[in-house]
Amino acid sequence: MSAIAETAAPPMPPRMITARVVSVVKETHDTFTLTVEPESPECANFSPGQFSMLYVYGVGELPISISGDPHDTGRLVYTVRSVGKATNALVNTKPGQSIGIRGPFGTSWPVDEARGNDVLIVAGGIGLAPLRPAIYRILRNRDDYVRLIVLYGARSPKDLLYRKQLSEWGRLPDTQVLSTVDYGGVNWRGYVGVVTTLFRYVRLHPGRTTALICGPEIMMRYVIRELEKRGLPDSDIHLSMERNMKCAVGFCGHCQLGPYFVCKDGPIFSYTKMRPWLDKHEL
Amino acid sequence: MSATLPATGSQSVIEFSALTALISALRRRGYEVIGPVVRDGAVTLEAVEKVEDLPVGWGDEQESGHYRLKRREDNAVFGYTVGPQGWKRFLHPPEVPLLEAQRDNSSFRILKKPPAPVRYAFLGVRACELAAIRILDRVFLGDRYVEPGYKGRREAAFLIAVNCTKAGGTCFCTSMGTGPRAASGFDLALTELPGREGHRFVVEVGSEAGAAVLGEIEHRKAREEEVREAQAAVDNAAGQMRRAVDTEGIRDVLFDNFEHPRWDRVAARCLSCANCTMVCPTCFCTTVEDVTDIAGDRAERWRKWDSCFTDGFSYIHGGSVRLSVKSRYRQWLTHKFAAWVDQFGTFGCVGCGRCITWCPGRIDITEELRAMRGVEASA
Repeated sequence: MSAIAETAAPPMPPRMITARVVSVVKETHDTFTLTVEPESPECANFSPGQFSMLYVYGVGELPISISGDPHDTGRLVYTVRSVGKATNALVNTKPGQSIGIRGPFGTSWPVDEARGNDVLIVAGGIGLAPLRPAIYRILRNRDDYVRLIVLYGARSPKDLLYRKQLSEWGRLPDTQVLSTVDYGGVNWRGYVGVVTTLFRYVRLHPGRTTALICGPEIMMRYVIRELEKRGLPDSDIHLSMERNMKCAVGFCGHCQLGPYFVCKDGPIFSYTKMRPWLDKHEL
Repeated sequence: MSATLPATGSQSVIEFSALTALISALRRRGYEVIGPVVRDGAVTLEAVEKVEDLPVGWGDEQESGHYRLKRREDNAVFGYTVGPQGWKRFLHPPEVPLLEAQRDNSSFRILKKPPAPVRYAFLGVRACELAAIRILDRVFLGDRYVEPGYKGRREAAFLIAVNCTKAGGTCFCTSMGTGPRAASGFDLALTELPGREGHRFVVEVGSEAGAAVLGEIEHRKAREEEVREAQAAVDNAAGQMRRAVDTEGIRDVLFDNFEHPRWDRVAARCLSCANCTMVCPTCFCTTVEDVTDIAGDRAERWRKWDSCFTDGFSYIHGGSVRLSVKSRYRQWLTHKFAAWVDQFGTFGCVGCGRCITWCPGRIDITEELRAMRGVEASA
């Protein structure tokens, strides 16, 4: 208790580094995909489902899931929906500009543990973004998995993310990709209805299926209900949770969810852990 | 003055007049000595230089929603119980700069400025507050990430504990197993004996650093009856404790009573003012604030204390998760006595009673916990 500890590190670890924006691609009317190159390339290593804290100079910092291919080296990809001041600033950055970056943080989808199984991916809206790295990894190791099923729901056709990729994936063998929208409009020839309505087109093998879900909490609760009806055990269901987050390292307290900190115990949780908490209103 | 340094665990005695020498010895070693002072009708924590700065002759009266300083009949220096501020104010300050950046064409540079080294000596740390510091250590130093600012301040700190010889009106440290005796985690621990035989302090040495500081000031070995007298005074404080919490199984009681009607009743009294979280010595939540100069050439990012009672605390796109006051109070109390156990292996409460004293709605955490068990509250 006597030695003087001098530290040059900022009080919020790990250190923030800068990353150069390579491209900003428009996905939908309000959603953009940013590709950045961190100043230290090793900071671009991540596992599917993890997130970074992205800082826009003078505006703010926010948690954003990584949506790129984990095999890409030296680059990080984020799909951001512009809904507020910081996300707006983020999607309005220009190639060559720098942002601040911390991370990656958090738990990841159990993609390796799912080897030998069918993988069922259920996404709602922007929730497809944190699942895309898992899809990339599965497709790269396609022989390790049996079937890949992607069920995707969005509000309207103009809100569907990665449409070209979705149809490419849908043409692969042993792969089923179904998208649905809440409101179709006149030119929409696909499914209409919430994402759970797609379950009637899917045959699941309980005990041999790993389900990965990301979307609004209400949607995840209904998806879990469908999975339970079909006999999937809790331990084969995995969710990505969202809470307010300021630090990502367990210090700010904002992301608490029952006994957990979403930043370090999540964002990916098995339903075994989430079951007692998911239906609690205003938890 | 003894030739050899007093051993760790040994008991010595210093006279009232030696307190200034103690503060001076610490200041000579480069410590900023923080101790209790009387300010604006309360005992607050500030830099002190001499015994006259301390609340000599002051006591306090504390009840739910009530705090008054009162003149004591003696000249006790530590005759008050805990004031509104805790030591987290210094170890985990209310405002900390996190980042400074400078615009550089389309990019920006992160300026690396080492934080100014501060060496604090805390004078008058009560047993419950030592426990609170241990809890903050677990949060900021004992997990996956280490908070370097906290680590620097904490490791440099010199702690002088004071054993309570009088329980405050809202204290319940005996229930939480944190006091009133300071058992460990200090450099020196004082027990004040303002008695007829001369105003003096029994000093227990808790570390080598403590022994070295004590060696620099006038002291003598404590007599057996003085040690006994000090012990009796602390036991007396334990016996005065009027509030209690039954902690047995309380984690499950809270987690199992998410929809208990008592939450609605307490929410009707709770102003969601965040006082309880500000005065709590273990509440550690923070938010961040970004500022720039007017030209935008320099940007700063600050960390500030936050509270789970604010509506923005749980905000995510689409709205706040905890909209109702009920859900915020439930979050706070459940965090302290249930979630904290899962997260850090201890309760987040040390029984200091500050949240009871400083609640304008007179909400008493001990009463709420009793009600959660289904025991009718007395008030």
